[in-house]
Amino acid sequence: MAAAIELRSVACTFVSKDAPGQRYTAVQDVSLTVGDGEFVSVVGPTGCGKSTLLNVAAGLLQPSQGEVRVFGEVLEGLNRRAGYMFQTDSLMPWRSARDNVLAGLQFRGLPMAQAQAQADDWLRRVGLGSFGDRYPHQLSGGMRKRASLAQTLVMDPDIILMDEPFSALDIQTRQLMENEVLALWQSRRKAVLFITHDLDEAIAMSDRVIILSAGPASHPIGEFAIDLPRPRDVAEVKMTPEFARLHRAIWAVLRDEVLKGYQQQLQAA
Amino acid sequence: MSGSHVPENQSASKTQRRVPLVVWQLLLLLALLLFWHGMTEPGLIPPMMFDNDRQAAFFFGQPHMVAQRIWAWFVTDADIYRHLRVTLTETILAFLIGAASGLGGGLWLALSPRMSQVLEPYIKAFNAMPRIILAPIFGVWFGLGMGSKVALGVTLVFFVVFFNVYQGVKEVSPVVLANARMLGASGRQLLRYVYLPSATSWVFSSLHTSVGLAFVGAVVGEYLGSSQGVGYLILQAEGSFDINTVMAGIVVLTMFALVLDSLVGRIEKRLMKWQPKAGETEKL
Repeated sequence: MAAAIELRSVACTFVSKDAPGQRYTAVQDVSLTVGDGEFVSVVGPTGCGKSTLLNVAAGLLQPSQGEVRVFGEVLEGLNRRAGYMFQTDSLMPWRSARDNVLAGLQFRGLPMAQAQAQADDWLRRVGLGSFGDRYPHQLSGGMRKRASLAQTLVMDPDIILMDEPFSALDIQTRQLMENEVLALWQSRRKAVLFITHDLDEAIAMSDRVIILSAGPASHPIGEFAIDLPRPRDVAEVKMTPEFARLHRAIWAVLRDEVLKGYQQQLQAA
Repeated sequence: MSGSHVPENQSASKTQRRVPLVVWQLLLLLALLLFWHGMTEPGLIPPMMFDNDRQAAFFFGQPHMVAQRIWAWFVTDADIYRHLRVTLTETILAFLIGAASGLGGGLWLALSPRMSQVLEPYIKAFNAMPRIILAPIFGVWFGLGMGSKVALGVTLVFFVVFFNVYQGVKEVSPVVLANARMLGASGRQLLRYVYLPSATSWVFSSLHTSVGLAFVGAVVGEYLGSSQGVGYLILQAEGSFDINTVMAGIVVLTMFALVLDSLVGRIEKRLMKWQPKAGETEKL
């Protein structure tokens, strides 16, 4: 069976618009796979091109080199089988929460009544049952994330791409959301490619964690299978000795890269 | 006014501050009118600038004469309604046509960068041009009826809306856009469900300005040549040195500009309820 997502020696080089001579290679020679129903996290220091990889997998960005395969087929244009949860606010501010959630169904051409019923169902599932009529600015950050989650999942995508979806949330809200996402994933088993800079989050949620080196030209430098039993509670799993062991092993690889990335940022500043 | 949870002294101080404001504003108006009256009423004070004491009234009009004129227009003669209707129809037509074409043009150029590059110098030139000067040409093209006034108003309104929509489309959040694309929106759906609503908010932010300009276009057009409308009334009065009627016309125009503006404010409030307002945002 073909992998849900397969990146084959992908490289992304950005050319500066003002000075065509200036190039920046964000990622180079990245090969990674996400199996069907697998939860894979990519961890790396800030500015290492994690989001670039996700945009490539979504088809929003054409790689300079290499190719992307989705369930065995070479990806051209947008990845129609994927749902994307963005890092920053992506809800349409002129639509209520319900209208945001049903947007994808509406684009698909579903009758309005049906779309509304499904949207309401998903709003309930993410705990926003009574907030459907609110506009995004009337929702808190956590609620907006929930609405985004519902907006992505109502489309029932085979692949879910998540770009540090909870990084803007406070720690309690974040743990709640992580558990909710895990529960939803547990019941449906979609392929998930999850980008984060938080190693704890990555270990607690994933089947596999991939470490990216510091940029420029970052590439995977380590891969760890997370064999913690499921279902997991993200807060409780962090207390277990296996978690600590994995964390130590992965952090040993990641630490040097984080320091390198930090040094580069200092020099650039 | 004040909620029951507000402490007594606080609500008291609030009302104390609120009432005097209106009083002060009315007092200022009264003072201005009194000053006007005092300076122009023949025989009240010895003439300073003029040869005799009737000339001040001739050049500046007199408040009670202006009030009489307005009263006659609206009540005793009741002959201003025809002119008001003409001016308001011109304003509304100019506004609607100008806003619709500005919206269409702004969307079109913002979404086809090649076209906007080609047209850029012309748009700049046309915007920089003092377009009021087109009024006589429009008079020749569209005659002295409503057409030429509407055309003038349209050229004024178009650019305000056009630039706002253009800016609005350019500033659609790239994340919202990418999100809509990932949710499967086609090009046409992006236009309808993302670009258009986003641009509409910019149209509304320019609505107060553009309604005002539509009004300017109508009145200036009438003033330059017409057979009806409030601008025409002013022009007639000016021809016979009837400053009181000119002043009355200005007062009526100002009143209606205020009415139009508050109307726009209401429509905006209803249609833009999704926009956060300071202090209204709820965090839950």
